[in-house]
Amino acid sequence: MHGPELLQYLITGLTQGAIYALVAAGFNLVYAATGIINFAQGEFVMLGGLLAVTFVAWHMPLAAAVLLPILVVMAVGAAVHWFAIRPLRRAHVVTLIMITIGVSVVLRGAARLIWGADSHPLPPFTPGDSIGLGGATVQPQSLWIVGVTAVAGVALALFFRRTLMGRAMVACALNSRAARLAGIRVDRMNMWAFAFAGGIGALAGSVLTPMTFTSYDVGTLLALKGFCAAVLGGIGNNMGAVLGGLILGVVESLGAGMFSGYKDAFAFVVLLLVLFLRPAGLLGVGLRRDDQ
Amino acid sequence: MRGGGWARSRILGLTLFAAAIFTFGLTVHSGYLLGMAVLIALHALVALGLGLLMGWAGQISLGHAGFYGLGAYASAILTTRFGLNPWLALVLGAVGTGLIAFAVGKPTLRLRGHYLAMGTLGLGLIIWTVFNQAATWTEGPSGIRDIPVLSLGGLALDNDQRFYWLIWPVVLVAVMLAGNLINSRMGRALRALGENEGAAAAAGVDVARAKLGVFTLSAVLASIAGSFYAHYVTFVNPSPFGFALSIQLMTMVVVGGEMTVWGPLVGAGVLTVLHQVLAISAQRIPAMEGLEVVAYGAVLVIFLLFRPQGLVAPLRRRGAPPRAAEPPAPRADEVVGEAS
Repeated sequence: MHGPELLQYLITGLTQGAIYALVAAGFNLVYAATGIINFAQGEFVMLGGLLAVTFVAWHMPLAAAVLLPILVVMAVGAAVHWFAIRPLRRAHVVTLIMITIGVSVVLRGAARLIWGADSHPLPPFTPGDSIGLGGATVQPQSLWIVGVTAVAGVALALFFRRTLMGRAMVACALNSRAARLAGIRVDRMNMWAFAFAGGIGALAGSVLTPMTFTSYDVGTLLALKGFCAAVLGGIGNNMGAVLGGLILGVVESLGAGMFSGYKDAFAFVVLLLVLFLRPAGLLGVGLRRDDQ
Repeated sequence: MRGGGWARSRILGLTLFAAAIFTFGLTVHSGYLLGMAVLIALHALVALGLGLLMGWAGQISLGHAGFYGLGAYASAILTTRFGLNPWLALVLGAVGTGLIAFAVGKPTLRLRGHYLAMGTLGLGLIIWTVFNQAATWTEGPSGIRDIPVLSLGGLALDNDQRFYWLIWPVVLVAVMLAGNLINSRMGRALRALGENEGAAAAAGVDVARAKLGVFTLSAVLASIAGSFYAHYVTFVNPSPFGFALSIQLMTMVVVGGEMTVWGPLVGAGVLTVLHQVLAISAQRIPAMEGLEVVAYGAVLVIFLLFRPQGLVAPLRRRGAPPRAAEPPAPRADEVVGEAS
């Protein structure tokens, strides 16, 4: 493996890694606010992609077909919190995680009933041939994926640092009792965290689908890899999520070049290695300390 | 220390259970029902171990279908390729699976909460991938045929009835041993752990070690059940050992109730029957295809929300302080949100 071939694997890996970073950011949002790993995060991605497919089939303009799913899945995320998480807020965290697993199964099953078991395509955001780059090729959709991830990353950082709501969310994560005493409605903030996680998941789903197609069952693997990226970067840390996602994407792409049948195993090996060697992740501690 | 592992209620429970096994086995002759009973027993064995992990160590595993599959494939490969005695294959499979579980549990169980869940989810997916990909050993998706049946003292266990009489006594013994474990020093450590990890650690419980022990044990139990499965069906392929089964097993424990040894058993029964009913309806009514998937998720969510203690709520232990004033499920040691 050398020269252009290596470059090609790198480009594929970075594109895929950008998607993992978006999924990881969704995990981080919910985790930072509530301490829950939301196993339905992958289903948010799946829903975003499939909704975009349907909206395109309804002859909506592409921009609307891609943006509308974000709002719909935000509503789904909020509903998941309000009806499944909030009533159990005093329960053991393991119970809450199991609830998100149940929700993910319901969403996956519902998607199967609605969209069937087939794979569905979505047209690329901008038409055009691949771009040559040092012997390798870049699809325009790759640029969209990387660009969307970069914008989303910056937007999240600004949201947490500059807006009242973002700062309130950070406050809830650091000490929810103190946050409540300061007049923050913790429940509502948690609901918004789920809603934003839904939105960012849907965004990931709709930018990803033109590259890879989508179907009702893509959520599980995406969630596993997104989680792996989040842990690799340091869970709760959004810069870490981007770094972790990109590293994982590249490792996986190079690995798949060598052992094609076992591509999906790499994420898991990376996860175990990180947990063994550096459980806090590459970029140090996240917001919560109760993990170790 | 009250060594009363053999409280009267326990002896009564086990006796009733044994009586039920006998009555069913002697009165029911339908191959379909006996086959269903065998399937329930296999699921119950896995669920029993998973229940110990979930109820007593406060952890979830999403990879138990993988451990079940490892046992099945170990038995299939060792007996068809190497001509090993099935019982020896069962033991080797259990040891190998135990080692894998240990290796994965060691790093993930040092951390709290959900790392084991994701780690085992990944492990389950990898095991499933290997079953499909390593075709030189596993024959890939088409699976391994002609696995020999088990025999006991020269009697080949080659029909549903004979297998019934093997597997249910095995479940009985497993329930008995699980009960002993819960009432042992290890069990008390786990109970302390489930209620308050910090306090348990302060009282000298080696938290990580206790969790790792119970996780490994539950994987071994799943592997043994998988070996029985392979010799009962005499054919293995990857499809039964996927993520869906792991979710089903977890749902069995939640539905039955995780704080008694009987809960997972009841859960295995209820959900195995539900699964059959839904699968049959899906064959008759095409629109229902895929509905069973939704049903599992819905059952899981509904139970967690409205009956988190499961169908079989634990009886109050004699001599234990009454806990009537306590709300059923919540354990507030890991405070989430702290809201309201």
